[in-house]
Amino acid sequence: MLLNGARTQAGLRDPAWRTRLTLSLLGLALLWPMLVASEFRPWVLLDAQSVSASLRFLASFMPPELGAEFLLLVAQAAWTTVAIATAGLTLGWLVAVPLTLLGTERLSQSAIGRPMRRLPAFGRQLVRWLLIFLRSVPELVWALLFVRVVGLGPTAGVLAIALTYCGMLGKVYSEVLESVDPTPSQAMLRNGASRTGAFLYGSLPQAAPELVSYTIFRWECAVRSSVIMGFVGGGGLGQQMDMSMKMLAGGEVATMLIVFMLLVALADRASRMLRGMLA
Amino acid sequence: MTSRSWLILIAILALIVASFATLDLQWSAFGEPDALARMLEFTSAFFPPESSPQFLSRLAIAAGETLAMSTLGTLIAMVLSLLLALPASAPPSRVRMRLLRDATRLCLNALRSIPELVWAALWVIAAGLGPFAGTLALAAHTVGVLGRLFADTLENLPPAPSRALRDNGASPAAVFLYATLPQVLAQLMSYSLYRWENNIRAAAILGVVGAGGLGQMLYYHLSLFQMQESASVVLAMLAIVAAVDALSNLSRRKLTS
Repeated sequence: MLLNGARTQAGLRDPAWRTRLTLSLLGLALLWPMLVASEFRPWVLLDAQSVSASLRFLASFMPPELGAEFLLLVAQAAWTTVAIATAGLTLGWLVAVPLTLLGTERLSQSAIGRPMRRLPAFGRQLVRWLLIFLRSVPELVWALLFVRVVGLGPTAGVLAIALTYCGMLGKVYSEVLESVDPTPSQAMLRNGASRTGAFLYGSLPQAAPELVSYTIFRWECAVRSSVIMGFVGGGGLGQQMDMSMKMLAGGEVATMLIVFMLLVALADRASRMLRGMLA
Repeated sequence: MTSRSWLILIAILALIVASFATLDLQWSAFGEPDALARMLEFTSAFFPPESSPQFLSRLAIAAGETLAMSTLGTLIAMVLSLLLALPASAPPSRVRMRLLRDATRLCLNALRSIPELVWAALWVIAAGLGPFAGTLALAAHTVGVLGRLFADTLENLPPAPSRALRDNGASPAAVFLYATLPQVLAQLMSYSLYRWENNIRAAAILGVVGAGGLGQMLYYHLSLFQMQESASVVLAMLAIVAAVDALSNLSRRKLTS
């Protein structure tokens, strides 16, 4: 029994310790420059001056500002946020739909029964590149740029959401349309139906539930991004929050954070309900 | 269509109309005769993107900051999430356990529902301008996301292996290390990698509220109307995002095939 125990003790030595040690050391060596680059200095948080400033700010969170006038302002800002998201998504959708029709290979007349001709193929590629470009630039950057063009306010936010979400919707729409069974729309195209006809009666009925549900999901995301865009001057709740933070008005920030969480939860609930009803 | 779907459709249309009606949108700027010329002028100011060696080296430093922020933020979040996932996945059999579990989950929800950028604006107040605030902001939001995912993973674990160890008298720590962790490690790593990917993208823009990296640089140059420099920063952001996308696609294909 005792002997058996000794043997397991010896067997307990990790056979892979060499690799593990090397990997850990390598990890630490990689981590070090990152700690330097990100100016990782946790002790600045404990610096007396910073602690007192942060504590004062945190303490001012309580109680949240609940004056009637301020609540009205916040309610207005919250509505603006939702309106920016809705208007932006609508504009993006209006542009994304024709671009999807242009960019979806499945619906091409020029590709029936033969390889696609060079010009339409090139045009399609251009549309795809445009969509990739639109969605790769972060919406916050679009907002920053549009603030320079149209000034502070909701217009910049609406345009930023429209451009980014146009790219996202266009990409996902054409992926969904390419993944449906092609037989019906191909049969229609071969029999002389127009591309619109093939789309409306061949592809759309199969893809509709997924398209609708994705669009609603994107609306929910748009509400979140429209708050964020307020921080660079895109109007709505974010802009109010930014102002209150700059004035270190903790009570106002607390109220707006709560309203923001409620808003996101509400959008989440609404979108889930809608998707459930339509599914 | 049923009457219910008509109702939904009408409600959505009403929301859209109300949105456009209440927003004070300035389309006039686009309707003026010289609008196109001004847009072209604005766009052409971005070309050619700035590419002097000094500027590029500053850009590389900012890009490094962005990468470091996202990596460290994700690592910190991974450790904290694992710690918080334990109480959040506690079996809700006893009252005290259920309280602990609900309280932790509430915390995670709150952390998650505040976006990275708002966290960054808050941390800038506590930690000062710079990438450290960004790191903390990413960590705070990511703890909320990963903590929830980790907790759900732990909860959905087949209980047999850990029960076998526990019934044989192993300590809770040993049960966790030798039964629980090996089963969930792959899943936790894949969640973390996915969040890391997200965080790189987020880190690129966090700086606009002063939290370091490429975003701060973009905000700085745009504020000074240095459009060519701004164009280079935007290109750097696009390059980072594209590289991350390509890498993650590649690794996913490798993992699935």
